Amino acid sequence: MKVAKHTFDAVIVGAGGAGLRAALQLSEAGLKTAVLTKVFPTRSHTVAAQGGVAASLGNSTEDNWHWHMYDTVKGSDWLGDQDAIEFMVKKANEVVVELEHFGMPFDRTDNGKIYQRPFGGHSQNYGQTPVSRSCAAADRTGHAMLHALYQRNVRANTHFFVEWMAMDLIRNADGDVLGVTAMEMETGEVSIFHAKATIFATGGSGRIYYSSTNAFINTGDGVGMAARAGIPLEDMEFWQFHPTGVAGAGVLITEGVRGEGGILRNASGERFMERYAPNLKDLASRDVVSRSMVTEINEGRGCGSEKDHVLLDITHLSPENIMKRLPGIREISIQFAGVDPIKAPIPVVPTCHYQMGGIPTNYKGQVIVPKDGNPNVPVPGFYAAGECACASVHGANRLGTNSLLDLLVFGKSAGETVVADFQSGQLTLKPLPDDAADVSLARIARLEVQTNGVEVADVRLDMQRTMQKHAGVFRFADMLKEGVAKILEVAERAKHTQIKDKSKVWNTARTEALELDNLIEVAKATMISAEARKESRGAHVRDDAIDCAETPNGRDDKNWLKHTLWYSEGNRLDYKPVNLQPMSADVEPIALAKRTY
Amino acid sequence: MSSKRTVQFKIYRYDPDKDDKPYMQDISVELEESDKKLLDALVRLKAKDDSLSFRRSCREGVCGSDAMNINGKNGLACLTGIDELAQPITIRPLPGLPVIRDVIVDMTQFFKQYHSIKPYLINNDPAPERERLQSPEDREELNGLYECILCACCSTSCPSFWWNPDKFVGPAGLLAAYRFLADTRDQATSERLDNLEDPYRLFRCHSIMNCVDVCPKGLNPTRAIGKIKDMMVRRAV
Repeated sequence: MKVAKHTFDAVIVGAGGAGLRAALQLSEAGLKTAVLTKVFPTRSHTVAAQGGVAASLGNSTEDNWHWHMYDTVKGSDWLGDQDAIEFMVKKANEVVVELEHFGMPFDRTDNGKIYQRPFGGHSQNYGQTPVSRSCAAADRTGHAMLHALYQRNVRANTHFFVEWMAMDLIRNADGDVLGVTAMEMETGEVSIFHAKATIFATGGSGRIYYSSTNAFINTGDGVGMAARAGIPLEDMEFWQFHPTGVAGAGVLITEGVRGEGGILRNASGERFMERYAPNLKDLASRDVVSRSMVTEINEGRGCGSEKDHVLLDITHLSPENIMKRLPGIREISIQFAGVDPIKAPIPVVPTCHYQMGGIPTNYKGQVIVPKDGNPNVPVPGFYAAGECACASVHGANRLGTNSLLDLLVFGKSAGETVVADFQSGQLTLKPLPDDAADVSLARIARLEVQTNGVEVADVRLDMQRTMQKHAGVFRFADMLKEGVAKILEVAERAKHTQIKDKSKVWNTARTEALELDNLIEVAKATMISAEARKESRGAHVRDDAIDCAETPNGRDDKNWLKHTLWYSEGNRLDYKPVNLQPMSADVEPIALAKRTY
Repeated sequence: MSSKRTVQFKIYRYDPDKDDKPYMQDISVELEESDKKLLDALVRLKAKDDSLSFRRSCREGVCGSDAMNINGKNGLACLTGIDELAQPITIRPLPGLPVIRDVIVDMTQFFKQYHSIKPYLINNDPAPERERLQSPEDREELNGLYECILCACCSTSCPSFWWNPDKFVGPAGLLAAYRFLADTRDQATSERLDNLEDPYRLFRCHSIMNCVDVCPKGLNPTRAIGKIKDMMVRRAV
C-alpha cells in the first residue's frame, strides 16, 4: 500500500475542548498545524458537558483560588499533584474570561457578569459551605464552549483533517515522538503525519464499561496508541461513576441539577445524602454520592419494581427556573426517562463517566515517563491534554466542572509549551524511520485477511460486561483477581477480530475494530492497576481495605500514596511519588486528612 | 409493550466500492426491550450486517452526527422513538447532499455555507481584564439560536437549499448569522448584513418553514431569517 506523507510543525490528535484550545494557541502563533479528528469538531464529546466550568470568579458568592485548590486536592483524595492543581486553579479565571471574550454565551447575573452555580465538592472556607463556582451556559455549557472554541479556530484558519482516524504513534529508536499514522475514513487510505510536535487530545475511554455516559466515539484512541508505543498509563484504576445517569439509558443528568437544588431520594422518599454527608449533602463529591446511592440500592431501599435506582427530585423547583437553568435536562429526561422533571422525579443510577488517569504529563502538557531513575522525564516531541492526559489534577476523584477547566488550562498550556519550544528552536523535524507506517499497515492487512475470527461487537460486549462486573463503584479483592484473568482472555480474543465489510469507503466496521484495539489497552490497564492497589482511595474502593485510624476510609498513605504506572508490554506495573508540594510559595501544601463531606 | 419485537426496515444502501448504483434494502431486526430509539435499532442492525454505515456519537441529541431521512422526514436517529414510526421504517440519507456511502453524506457544502457567515464573535476593542458585561435580557436574545448542533436536518429539508446549495446560505447558516447579529457583544452588524445583501444568500428563503418542522432541537430558523430581513429593511430606510 502506498503511504502518503504530510509534514507539519505540529499535529494535534482530537478536536474536542483540549485539542481546539491547543490548536488556537498554535494557529495564532503561526505554526503549520494539522488537527486530526475522527468526527467533525463540534461532534466531539466535550459537547455533552452540561453543568459548567469551575473558576473562582466570585460573581455570586465570595471565592478565591485557595479554596478551589483545597477542594480539588481533597476531592482527589490527595492523589492529585499539588503543583499542577495550583497551576490549574490559578489559571481558571483567565481561561474562562478568555472564553467569554471568544463569544461563549454564558448565562448572566443581574449585574451582567458570568452566572455561577454551586457544584459537588466545591466549597467556601475549606469545606464549610457550598460555593457558586461553576460558570454555566444553562445546562449546555460543553456545547456552548465547544462551539465557541471551534468558531474561534475558524477565525484563526486552523487546518482540520475531519474524519481522519489516528492509528499509531510514530517513535524513533531514541523514543522521540515524530508524529502519527492516520486513516482517512472516506477513502481508507493511510497517511503519515510527520511533525516536530505531537499533541494528543483524544478524550476519554468510557466505552470500556457497559453502562456509560460516554459517546460511542470515546474509545481511548490516544491512550491506547500511547500504551502500544511503550508510554506507561498513570492511575488508570480511578474511574468516575457519575451519580446521575438516566437509569437504563446511561445518558448524563448534570450535577448542576443538584446545584440548582435537586435532591436524591430513596424508595421511602428520604433525602438519604443527609446521612452520608451531613455537611454538603447532595453536593458531596461524586465518588461519595455514587457509593451512597449504591449502598441504598444494595440495602433494599432502591426505587422502581426492580429497586435498582434512586430518584432525583426537582419537583419543588419552580417550572420557570427549570426552563431557564435546566432546559436540556428536561428534554433529556422526557426523551430518555419518559418523565417530565417538572412533574415527577427522574430515575437515576451511578454510571461510568470519566477517566481520572491517562497519559502522564506535567502541568506544561509535556508527556513524562520514568528514565534513568527520574520518574518524570519529558518525551521529546510528545504532549497531551484533557481527559486522555493525567497531569494529575483529579487524582483519585475529579470534582464536577474541573474537567472543562482541565481541558482549557492544559490545552492552552500544552499549546504554549509547543509554541515556546518551537520558537526557541528546540523542536526539530527528526528523520522518520523506514518502517514508520508498518504497524498500522499490518493492522489493516490483518483485518483484510482474518478468517475464523471473532466479531468485534461480541468481544467489545464481553469487555464491557467484564469491566462493569469486576471494576465498578465498589470493588472486591476476589472479583478483581478474577477480572484480571477475564480481561486478559478477552484481550487475547481481540487479537483475532474479523470484519465482513471489506470496502475502502467509510468502513465503520474497520473503524470499530481499530477502536477496540485502543479500548482493550485501557481495560487491561484499569483492571490490572485496580487489582494491584490494595487500599481505598477516591473512586477506587475495595472491600478488604479497613477504615481505621491508621487508614482512614481505608486509605493507606504509608503504602499507597503514589501514582500507578502501567506498561502494556508484559502488563508491568511501576509507581511514582505524588507531588505534595505546590508550585509556588503562595500556598502551603494541603496536609493529608481524612476525607468527609 | 412486548419485551422482544421485530421491526421491518427499508434502508438506502450504496457502497461505491462495489455497487453500480444505490438500492433500497429490505431488512428486519429483533430488538431488546431496552431498545427505544431508532439509533438503538440501527446499532442492532449493524451487529447483524457490519457493512451498514452511518455516523453516530453522543446518542443524546447534542452532537448532531446521526441526522438522516426517516420515513420521509429529516431527524436524529437517537431522538426518534422506534415505536412512533410506521413500518417498514424507511431510512434514506439527508436529501440534497452527495452520498458517500449508505446514509453518510458529504457535508462540505453545508459547512462551507456555515463558515461563509463568519461564525465567530467580532469585537475589535481591546479585551478587558474581566468578562464583558451583558444583561440577562440581552443574553436571552441568544436563546433559540446558540443551541444549534449543525446536524443539517434543516438545510437539507429546504427546497431553496436543494436548488442553490452553493448560493443560498440555508437555514442553519442564517440561524448562526443571526446568533451573532443578536449578540450585544458583536460589533460587525453592518459587515454581516453586507455579507448577506444578495439575491441568493439570504433572500432565497421563501418561508416554506420545513426547517422549523424538522429541527430536532425545536429551533426556528425562519424566525431568525425574518429578523435578519427586518434588520436589512431598517438599515435601508
